[in-house]
Amino acid sequence: MKKKFKTDKHILIPKHQKLSDAQKQKLLEKYNVSVKELPRILKTDAAISSLGAKPGDVIKIARASETAGEAIFYRVVVDV
Amino acid sequence: MGEYADKLPKKMLDDLRDYLEKKGKVNESKLKKILDTAVDEYNNARVQAGESVGLISAESIGEPGTQMTLNTFHFAGVMEMNVTLGLPRIIEILDGRKELQTPSMEIYLKQPYSKGKDIREFALALKETKLSDIALEFSISLIDSEIEVKLDKEKMKSLNINNSYVISSIGKQVKGFNAKDNKDSILLRMKSKEESVNEVYRAKEKIKDVHIKGVKGISQVLPVKRGEEYLIMTSGSNLADVLQLEGVDHYRTTTNNVDEIREILGIEAARQSIINEVFKVIENQGFNVDIRHIMLVADTMCVSGAVKGITRYGVVSEKASALARASFETPIKHIINAALIGEIDNLNSVVENVMLNQVVPIGTGMTDLIMKPKNGKN
Repeated sequence: MKKKFKTDKHILIPKHQKLSDAQKQKLLEKYNVSVKELPRILKTDAAISSLGAKPGDVIKIARASETAGEAIFYRVVVDV
Repeated sequence: MGEYADKLPKKMLDDLRDYLEKKGKVNESKLKKILDTAVDEYNNARVQAGESVGLISAESIGEPGTQMTLNTFHFAGVMEMNVTLGLPRIIEILDGRKELQTPSMEIYLKQPYSKGKDIREFALALKETKLSDIALEFSISLIDSEIEVKLDKEKMKSLNINNSYVISSIGKQVKGFNAKDNKDSILLRMKSKEESVNEVYRAKEKIKDVHIKGVKGISQVLPVKRGEEYLIMTSGSNLADVLQLEGVDHYRTTTNNVDEIREILGIEAARQSIINEVFKVIENQGFNVDIRHIMLVADTMCVSGAVKGITRYGVVSEKASALARASFETPIKHIINAALIGEIDNLNSVVENVMLNQVVPIGTGMTDLIMKPKNGKN
């Protein structure tokens, strides 16, 4: 491949943000779930390449939603 | 109002704020009352826990789906793009197909191209040119194992390329040839002497596909004006390469190929793209389906981090229950495999309980009775 284009800048990509360990614990407690039960995102995903996320990290995604204005979604990073 | 950010969706808060600003001043206690009422109303309007939303979505998308156009339109000879529409397109998206019937892109441009400057030249430079497009004839001389490519000089002139450029692109992409420039044609001689006839013919086919100019996969281009600006619609899609180009607005340029978007922009972009594409078709056909149904489908397709189609190889294969999988398609395969590895079915979901004539965990059936015995008695 040639030079990589900065993928976090596209109209389709919402804001991705890595949660700290404390934030992660708080989230899991709030929804009473384990990490395994969260929706997943691949480690190789283009949108999180700049975040340096490891498997097990939780990514907070602020989606622009047509119905709610902004909707917060969480995904856990997994290996392939 | 800040403290209500957790309790109400952002859009509702914004609308409320705009409305109250228009109405004039509201004092603190009144504002609190309004907001509390809004929170109550909002919570009442929410979907109840245990509601079978998937079923409602399926019905809501399926019902108008029966009335959609069944065939693709073909505009023969018209300079308009031919795009899959209606039911075939919806099926294509929801199946999570990788190869589309009619891949296409919308390429937005930066200034000054977006104002229409040199738009035709820019569009033509995108279009893929293969060697077979600029050649008049490919002929083979079996005695010398030579291939002669007669070139279309006029076409080459309009594309602004010369013989040496063609020779160097052939040399880069196909190995094992000595090329000779013959002005109107190019002579290609195989380096190794003893090539079988078959080899030479195979090489000829390979040479036909040599990429000369433009972006790979873009077979047609069409500059169009939308609103105030110009953009380029294409048939054929190659997001990765187009985004690298100078002058392309890589913030808005998209393709209709969901899998390509997943690969280059990530799973969240793919989800948004599924919603956009499905909604476009439904709107185009003049139906009125709530976007939340489509969001639910898109979410389901994207939970695993990859785009999974609503097929027996996609989301259905992810179901935890063997009985639920068997009830969809290819039941015998699933039951045999489950038996072979000794799978355990916890009967946690709907279909398997329907099969066994038990209460289905939906709505009121979701609740369980938990009792704490007092002092060990009772």
